[in-house]
Parts: sequence; structure tokens; C-alpha cells
Amino acid sequence: MATLTLNQIRKTFGKTEVIHGVDIDVRDGEFIVIVGPSGCGKSTLLRMVAGLETVTSGEILIDDRRVNEEEPMDRDIAMVFQNYALYPHMTVFDNMAYGLKIAKTPKSEIEDRVATAAKMLQLEPYLARKPRELSGGQRQRVAMGRAIVRKPSLFLFDEPLSNLDAKLRVQMRLEIKDLQKQLGITSLYVTHDQVEAMTLADRMIVMNGGVADQIGAPLEVYENPATEFVAGFIGSPATNFLPARLFSPRDARIKTIGIRPEHATLTTAGSGRLPAKIVFTEALGAETLLHLRLDTGESFTIRQDGTAPVPTEGTACGIDWPDSRELDFDEAGKRL
Amino acid sequence: MTARDALAAETAPVNSARIPAEGMVEKRGIGLWFTHAGLILGVIVIFFPIWLAFVASTVSQPEIVRPPMPLLPGDQFLENYTKALFSGVNAPVAWMLFNSLVMALGISLGKIVISLLSAFAIVYFRFPGRKLFFWLIFLTLMLPVEVRIVPTYEVIASFGMLNSYSGLIFPLIASATATFLFRQFFMTVPDELAEAARVDGARPMRFFWDILLPMSRTNMAALFVILFIYGWNQYLWPLLITTDPSMNTIVMGLKQMFPSGDDIADWPVIMATSILAMIPPVIVVISMQKLFIRGLVDSEK
Ligand SMILES: Nc1ncnc2c1ncn2[C@@H]1O[C@H](COP(=O)(O)OP(=O)(O)OP(=O)(O)O)[C@@H](O)[C@H]1O
Ligand SMILES: [Mg+2]
Repeated sequence: MATLTLNQIRKTFGKTEVIHGVDIDVRDGEFIVIVGPSGCGKSTLLRMVAGLETVTSGEILIDDRRVNEEEPMDRDIAMVFQNYALYPHMTVFDNMAYGLKIAKTPKSEIEDRVATAAKMLQLEPYLARKPRELSGGQRQRVAMGRAIVRKPSLFLFDEPLSNLDAKLRVQMRLEIKDLQKQLGITSLYVTHDQVEAMTLADRMIVMNGGVADQIGAPLEVYENPATEFVAGFIGSPATNFLPARLFSPRDARIKTIGIRPEHATLTTAGSGRLPAKIVFTEALGAETLLHLRLDTGESFTIRQDGTAPVPTEGTACGIDWPDSRELDFDEAGKRL
Repeated sequence: MTARDALAAETAPVNSARIPAEGMVEKRGIGLWFTHAGLILGVIVIFFPIWLAFVASTVSQPEIVRPPMPLLPGDQFLENYTKALFSGVNAPVAWMLFNSLVMALGISLGKIVISLLSAFAIVYFRFPGRKLFFWLIFLTLMLPVEVRIVPTYEVIASFGMLNSYSGLIFPLIASATATFLFRQFFMTVPDELAEAARVDGARPMRFFWDILLPMSRTNMAALFVILFIYGWNQYLWPLLITTDPSMNTIVMGLKQMFPSGDDIADWPVIMATSILAMIPPVIVVISMQKLFIRGLVDSEK
């Protein structure tokens, strides 16, 4: 168990800078999820913490100890890779025990630890098998087991669930959360799936083009997005953005207004803030998505309760929302 | 997976041969006969000289010289082979076989070790001149031993390695082909594997030993077979650097048994020697067959 601090971390590949100064403070035992679109530098950041990638500038501190120059093995971390990276010629047992063997852990202790981890992960029947004789979910568990047995002070996950099918992903997500709670090990988890981020994180970091746009608890990020990018990235269906010139803005700096689909309501034609037309509707049972087109041409989505009546497509209507739910952004996309 | 597929492939034709209509079976039957007849004919054509050599190694000298050449084994088997093995013409064949074995094993194992290590360096380490070294190694592919044989001889002679096993082995040990092969294989090993090992605390050589080597097992076996035969069949190089009959290898020794000038050749002994010279490579091929084929068709990834 440990704390992790990143101080103005930058990373340059050749001439291009891909991480532009990231600061993070991770508390002991916290589960931090780094989320962002493809190519924003999530993996690069994680790999720098792991020691698999050099840090161009800035400092990485684990338990207030500077580790920039240390080899991965000396940082007391364990990492779960996207493709599991199991050793194909070794049995499940040997895969899990390999790190301990190198650390010259006594044999009896290795057996103990692997047995405990195998039990925790329901891998006991498979200990003698080779990775290719396992299903995707089981391989994923072995990769987790390999991380657990080392009792690291920091867990690093790089999109560990992205190779699993949807159902298994949900199940493994719960298992990872559960396991992390049980073990209380500080974790850094990379994903591009916002649902994973929302459900797993104690706090999440939304990355955008090499910058940490916002760091905060999932609900806080959802309620109070710091930038236009975060507002658009977190939440599904995505936030509606409208140019401020459609209204008479209360502040001249406001350039864009964001309204979440679940915060807008449908009104009868002629009332509400903006006139629109229903283009099509998706009734999903628990909720209904209404896709509208404003008279000025912008599209807009409203999410309403599944029990509310579904309006017919093609009818004219109005859109309304409470002032308190309006997200105002300036020219640079910053929240006002 | 592969085992099951192989099984399916083996059983499938048998099953389907029984099921189809008669016409199909007949056609198939004739086709099968032709294929087999062709194969058998081919084997006979290839095998006939070997058979003749074997026959010649079991008869006496006068029987060989008097036409027609006998086609069935004679009764001199033991005498000829004993004579070949323990006295030979210039040197006992047993001795030459041993020399050849040392040379072939030295060359094949040495080549595998060296090329594994150089491929490892080229793929996994970023050092100055890495590309250059790779292309230098690759370039030697274009130069067969014969081209550089004079300078190589100079070097070996000045090291005092004439008439020695090291002189036989070392000049032939560097292998661009094998290095290239292992390089290609290592490049297909996912980077994440090396990273996982690094996180697990394995230093580079440990990773090489614990993970890369076991994964290359089948490739190594396939190469061993090819390189053993390459080493065993070396002719020009041993001929140049061994003047002492006790250092002769079997392939060159065989040639030296041929009569020069007016000498009378002891053909039965020479033939026995050539049969003996074939045995070790055949043993290697047969015993490594399974791994060899696996190494050519799939790799454990
Ligand atoms: N070794 C490298 N050399 C040069 N550029 C690199 C290297 N590794 C990553 N990059 C670049 O750095 C940026 C961030 O890459 P990174 O792998 O961290 O993205 P990511 O957020 O993990 O994306 P994904 O969700 O697709 O995995 C990308 O633009 C990528 O092209
Ligand atoms: Mg990534």
C-alpha cells in the first residue's frame, strides 16, 4: 500500500510531446481510473509509472520516494496488460509464481501465496494448465493472479477488460472492484470505457490530448465537468452542445452551452426555450431517447423516463431545462 | 488445437472414402494407385544407388571388379565393416566418424547458441550501430565459405588451429541464416511479454533463458537438424586444414580413400565407409522428426 504522486510529468517521443505536464496525487488505497479517448496518452502515462517508459521531465513519487530512475521490479508495482502477456510455455501456477521465484521467495511461501490467489480468483482447477488451454476470462484472472501474488504496493491496469465480451466484462469489472477493496492496494486503471471508469473509480482522471482535464470523483465529474471535452466524454448519450448565440447569454464570455439529455424536458410546441421537431424516437424500455432537430438546424437529444408517453415522430415541440443544469463554456472550452 | 486438427485430417479421408458413390471410389482408387506407383518408383530410383553401395560393401573385392555387378548382398558384411571401422585405408573410420560427429555437433550447437544470442541482441537492445550490425550479419549471407576461404585459412593457421577441432568448428560457426531466422521469430513475440517479465523482475538474460529459449524450442530443433547435416557434409574446409589423418572427417576421408595413380582401391571398404557415413545424419533426422516438423509448421505463441 502506498501513495503515488506525479509532478508535472511530461513525455516526448522524438520531437512530439504527448504528455503535457500531468499532476496527480493518489492517496493510499485509492482506486484511480484514467479515462480518455484513444491516443490521448493514457497508456504512456501508466507505462511511465510502471517504469517501462522513461520520463522526459517531472517526478514520479511512490510513497514520497522518487522512482524516476528505478527499474520496474524495484518500484514494488504489478501490472496487468491488455493482452494478458502470460508466458505461453508455463503453467498457470508457474505464470503466477515467476515473479516470486525471481525474488527468491521460499518455495513454501510461493505455494501458499499462489494457492491463496488461485482460491480468490477461482483458478484452483486450472493451476496445471497452459494459458492456451484457458478461456479469455480465465486468462484475465491468471494475469490478475500474477499481479496479486507479488503483494505490490501499487497495481497498474492497462485496459485489462477490453479483450472480453460485454457480459464477461461486467462480471470481471465487479470482481476487480471487489478484489481491490479486499486487498486495499492503491490502483491505477486505464480504460477508454466511461462506464468502467464511473463504476470502478474512487476518483477518475479524464485525459484529453496529453492533459488531465479533470480529476475528481465520478459523480462530481459528471455533475460538474471542468471542460467542454469532459462534459461531452462523460455521460451517455453525450451532452448536447449549443452555440450561445441562439440565446441572449447572461455573460458575454459564454460561447457554448451544454445540456445533458437527462436534464432537458420536452414541452409543447410554442413553449419552452427553443422550438424543435422530433426526428425519431428510441424506446428502450426503462428510458426513451428523443432525437430532435432545432429549427436552427442543430440536433438535440432528450432522455425521458420509459413510463412517459412517447411522442410521435415528425411533430413540432419545444425544449426546456432548468437554469441550474446549464453548463456554460468559454471560447477555450473552459467551464464558467 | 493442432493435435485435434491433425487427428481430424488423418481420419477424414478414411471416412469419406467409404461414403461416396462407387464411381467416385473407383476414380479415387485409381488416382491413389497412380500416386503410390509414382512415389514407389521415385523411391526406387533414389534408393537404388544406395542399395548398390550397400551390396558392394558386403561382397569381396574380386566380386565387385568382375562384371556384372552383383545385386544381392554377399557374405563379407562383417569383415568389410570391421576392417573399415578399425583400420580403414588412411585412418580408422570409427575415428573419422568421431571427428565428424564432434565437428557437426560443434558447428550446429555453436551456430544455434551464437545466432540465438545475436538475434536477441539485435531484437531486444537498442545499441549504437544496431542496424549496421544486422546488415553486416545479413551481408555475410551473400558470401559462401569458399569466397573467404583463403583469408580464413590464414587466420586459422596463424592461431595454430590447423589439425584441431577448434579449427574445424570456429570458422563455420557464425550463421547469418540462423540469426535471421531467430530474429524473425523473436519479432513475433509480443513486446508485452518482455515487459511483463521486466515487471516480474527478470533481467534481460533471465528473460532470454526462462522465456525466449523455451519458446524457441521447436525452431531450435528444426535448425539443429539442418545445421547438423550442413556440418556433417563439410568437405572443402576440413580438406584444407586437416593434414593429419587422425583429424580427417568422414566426408573428406571418404574421398581420400579413392585410389590415386596406380593404387588399387579397396571398394568394399570404401562402400562400407559411405554407408557408415550416412547413418548419423539419418539418426538425427529420424529422432528429431517430430520436433523438426513442428518447428517448420507452427510455433508455440
Ligand atoms: N513509442 C512511441 N513512439 C512514438 N509515439 C508514441 C509511442 N508510443 C505512443 N506514442 C504516441 O503517443 C500518443 C499516446 O499514446 P498512448 O498509447 O498513450 O495512447 P492511449 O491513450 O493509451 O490510447 P489507446 O486508448 O488507443 O490505447 C499517441 O499519439 C501515440 O501515437
Ligand atoms: Mg493504450
